[in-house]
Amino acid sequence: MATKGIVGGVIANMVTLKVDGPVAQNEICYIETGGDRLMSEVIKVVGDNVYVQVFESTRGLKVGAPAEFTGHMLEVTLGPGMLSHNYDGLQNDLDKMTGVFLKRGEYTYPLDNDRLWHFEPLAKVGDKVRASAWLGRVEENHQPLKIMAPFQMQGEYTVKSIAAEGEYRIIDDIAVLENEKGDEIKVNMIQHWPVKLAMTNYQEKPRPFKLLETGVRSIDTLNPIVEGGTGFIPGPFGTGKTVLQHAISKQAEADIVIIAACGERANEVVEIFTEFPELVDPHTGRRLMERTIIIANTSNMPVAAREASVYTAMTLAEYYRSMGLRVMLMADSTSRWAQALREMSNRMEELPGPDAFPMDISSIIANFYGRAGYVTLYNGEPGSITFIGTVSPAGGNLKEPVTENTKKVARCFYALEQERADRKRYPAINPIDSYSKYLDYPEFDEYITKRINGEWIEKVNELKTRLLRGKEIAEQINILGDDGVPVDYHVTFWKSELIDFIVLQQDAFDEVDAVTPMERQESIVNRVIDICHSEFKFDTFLEVTDYFKKVINLCKQMNYSEYKSDNYNKFEAELEKLLAERKTA
Amino acid sequence: MTTKAFQKIYTKISQITKATCSLKATGVGYDELAVIDGRLAQVVKIAGDEVTLQVFQGTNGIPTNAEVVFMGKAPSLKVSEQLAGRFFNAYGDPIDGGPAVEGEEVEIGGPSVNPVRRMQPSELIATGIAGIDLNNTLVSGQKIPFFADPDQPFNQVMATVAMRAQTDKIILGGMGMTNDDYLYFKNVFSNAGAMDRIISFMNTTEDPAVERLLIPDMALTAAEYFAVQKNEKVLVLLSDMTSYADALAIVSNRMDQIPSKDSMPGSLYSDLAKIYEKAVQFPTGGSITIIAVTTLSGGDITHAVPDNTGYITEGQLFLRRDSDIGKVIVDPFRSLSRLKQLVNGKKTRGDHPQVMNAAVRLYADAANARTKVENGFDLTDYDERTLAFAKDYSNQLLAIDVNLDTTEMLDVTWGLFAKYFHPEEVNIKAALVEQYWPKA
Repeated sequence: MATKGIVGGVIANMVTLKVDGPVAQNEICYIETGGDRLMSEVIKVVGDNVYVQVFESTRGLKVGAPAEFTGHMLEVTLGPGMLSHNYDGLQNDLDKMTGVFLKRGEYTYPLDNDRLWHFEPLAKVGDKVRASAWLGRVEENHQPLKIMAPFQMQGEYTVKSIAAEGEYRIIDDIAVLENEKGDEIKVNMIQHWPVKLAMTNYQEKPRPFKLLETGVRSIDTLNPIVEGGTGFIPGPFGTGKTVLQHAISKQAEADIVIIAACGERANEVVEIFTEFPELVDPHTGRRLMERTIIIANTSNMPVAAREASVYTAMTLAEYYRSMGLRVMLMADSTSRWAQALREMSNRMEELPGPDAFPMDISSIIANFYGRAGYVTLYNGEPGSITFIGTVSPAGGNLKEPVTENTKKVARCFYALEQERADRKRYPAINPIDSYSKYLDYPEFDEYITKRINGEWIEKVNELKTRLLRGKEIAEQINILGDDGVPVDYHVTFWKSELIDFIVLQQDAFDEVDAVTPMERQESIVNRVIDICHSEFKFDTFLEVTDYFKKVINLCKQMNYSEYKSDNYNKFEAELEKLLAERKTA
Repeated sequence: MTTKAFQKIYTKISQITKATCSLKATGVGYDELAVIDGRLAQVVKIAGDEVTLQVFQGTNGIPTNAEVVFMGKAPSLKVSEQLAGRFFNAYGDPIDGGPAVEGEEVEIGGPSVNPVRRMQPSELIATGIAGIDLNNTLVSGQKIPFFADPDQPFNQVMATVAMRAQTDKIILGGMGMTNDDYLYFKNVFSNAGAMDRIISFMNTTEDPAVERLLIPDMALTAAEYFAVQKNEKVLVLLSDMTSYADALAIVSNRMDQIPSKDSMPGSLYSDLAKIYEKAVQFPTGGSITIIAVTTLSGGDITHAVPDNTGYITEGQLFLRRDSDIGKVIVDPFRSLSRLKQLVNGKKTRGDHPQVMNAAVRLYADAANARTKVENGFDLTDYDERTLAFAKDYSNQLLAIDVNLDTTEMLDVTWGLFAKYFHPEEVNIKAALVEQYWPKA
């Protein structure tokens, strides 16, 4: 008998229920009102009074309304057929919903039970298997998906039978497994998993080391992220956070891209809906949308579902990682999620922590970032979730709880800066404050040295040092005046400007400049460093300024031109000529 | 408000604060409206048989034995073509002396649009003001506020934008607007002969503060009717959203909620998002564009209201008095339209994005040169030229009294480039320089 409850009180989306039986923390129940069933989650239990957060509007809800508990936590339904779908934070398929407006109490099934999939068995009768072992494969949008043994399965089972290669629906049984005691499990292609529990179905989680190319120079070159790495982007509004995030999700070398639009603008989600189907995947030549899933909980959608949306996205990512795929997960923005927690904590009249956020905000954030990572599965295959979250610090002040707690757990930090944005130096990633801890990993050093074929990290450090030196000199010039410093200082300053303009600044809206493959990044870095190492003859600082502006202009035109095209070669020749004019060593 | 015969009347209020009343009642729905002593109130909390009501006009003079009648519905508005040309108060009752509006009764603050049923905004809204059209182009379906100090002429700019924009309906939602400003809007609209396109929901400084909470939802419910049912382009003006947030803070304070930053309720982000996210472009051609005002205190944008707003809206517009030319300009540094790239160079001439960025960069160089002057340093020839450029740029383009079409704006900018700079100093793609650099 399922536990039942009766509504006893309502404040916005928090409802108290009087229950007649056992309930679990985070259990899901449905409250009935005016013909609608409102999905809710248990967040606190006091005696037979249960506090639930309702994932919908509670308008018109009355004391005495009945509720029914489901016996399980908030969970997602996993299986082939999720790619290129648009879900809300509770994994409802948004395209299946009728009407222009979201109707309260309308829930749609995330998968398609009728579609046929071409199944090929990977396991044989007699194989010993554990939870999430690969039993077979199907292909979805050219991605090889695995059909796995149930995630919840305990202990070792033997494959008793397995379906032959052929066409099956996800609800058809494709295998029968049996354990020592003779218990049989029938397996189809559908899995369920509670979103708030991390999937730990892997052997080990080694340190990640493989560069994840994004085509954004100030990331790949200066502060690289790796497969299975974590990063975060804080940024005051208007600094190009969203543009940068879209660029990464479009260009990153990943098998699956999952975007969680969490409490953000609806038009930004629409931009993804509109642009992604048009975008050609730079790595495969197919549509980017084919390997993308969007979880959309825009800022005006119910706040409790906003909290759920990031967990839903992470669980989907873990599902694909269990198949040995490389997943890129982006959440924009984790601050909205933290705010959802704050609203609820406030309604429950909990004692507030810093800035009225709940006291356990730091462990919540740490646990969430901890779910990402590079793993070795039980069968020895690798899989990864690279996670990049954004935070939206109140007032652009980085000393606020969400940013500070994220900084403790994320390994890369891309500091978007108002000043750079004001000066239209995009992407506005501050090269000095940002960091990637992966640059210090010997594993990464070894990998990148092999890939680039030469000393790379040294060059990156030189670029960073020169940028810092340039900034110091700019400050001195501001204090002492152009004439107050030696001409040499101007040269050093302009060399750092060259790095800024040519390596860091990148036009996300230009067809060519938007994406720079690693090979081209290497060539740009080599050219810039070469110029930095050259010595030039100048008499006055005015000559320095004029000359470097010309150099920068030519390098920029090269960045805008197709790599090694006629145009590119033409600008390159012009640049060589210009450099030869003044070069002394 | 008339009451129906069978409705139960309560006469025992147990608790009264400045903005709320509590009483024992049963069968009451969340968000439901009630009338207390002739005043409208809304259910904000139910705990067992105790119901807390937020009284929009304030609780001054309400006795503990006042009559309380629950109306069994959330606040609503009757929508039809008859709304056009009319002026209403926060409850949707006419204040222009005209008859009540007939039409379908719709609950305000309705559900969100399914994001997959939206269309990407792509239509330029031309205002003739270059500070907006050139640098911060508006797009229909966008939501954008003016961040302005109370002494700045934001209402005038907003009225100008409303009159020049090509829209089918203009809906004005006034929250804590001074009576003078209200009359100003009324005048501008009637002088422009636009009265039949206007719908106004007004809460002036003379009206109770908590009533303001209804204004945005009323205005947007009317907007949704015209955008969804009639496929019309609707422009909604909301002034001033800071007054709205203040009213939210009053209510949450009276309900003993723990305040977060700047004494604002913890739900401020969601509360504001619910309003602004009503801005939408439908595939059927209808759209809702929201231009709002968020007044700042001493230009402080880190305050909770502008800060949360900035994260919700698609950009913001700043006005600033430029002492060089003695006019108010649209600040090119701090203003931003996030949707501009959807139209710039696509619905406007192809050189628009690069020209815009180059001009702003040069304007930034002028700001550096100005710092040098202030610090008593000599200026280079380039510095002098940027300063002269900045003055012309401010006067001919950024000032709010400009009225040009976008192509003219671009031509003027190229003219200024050529007047003060060499092609390699502007950092624009060679092909564009070739095509547009004015030939001597």
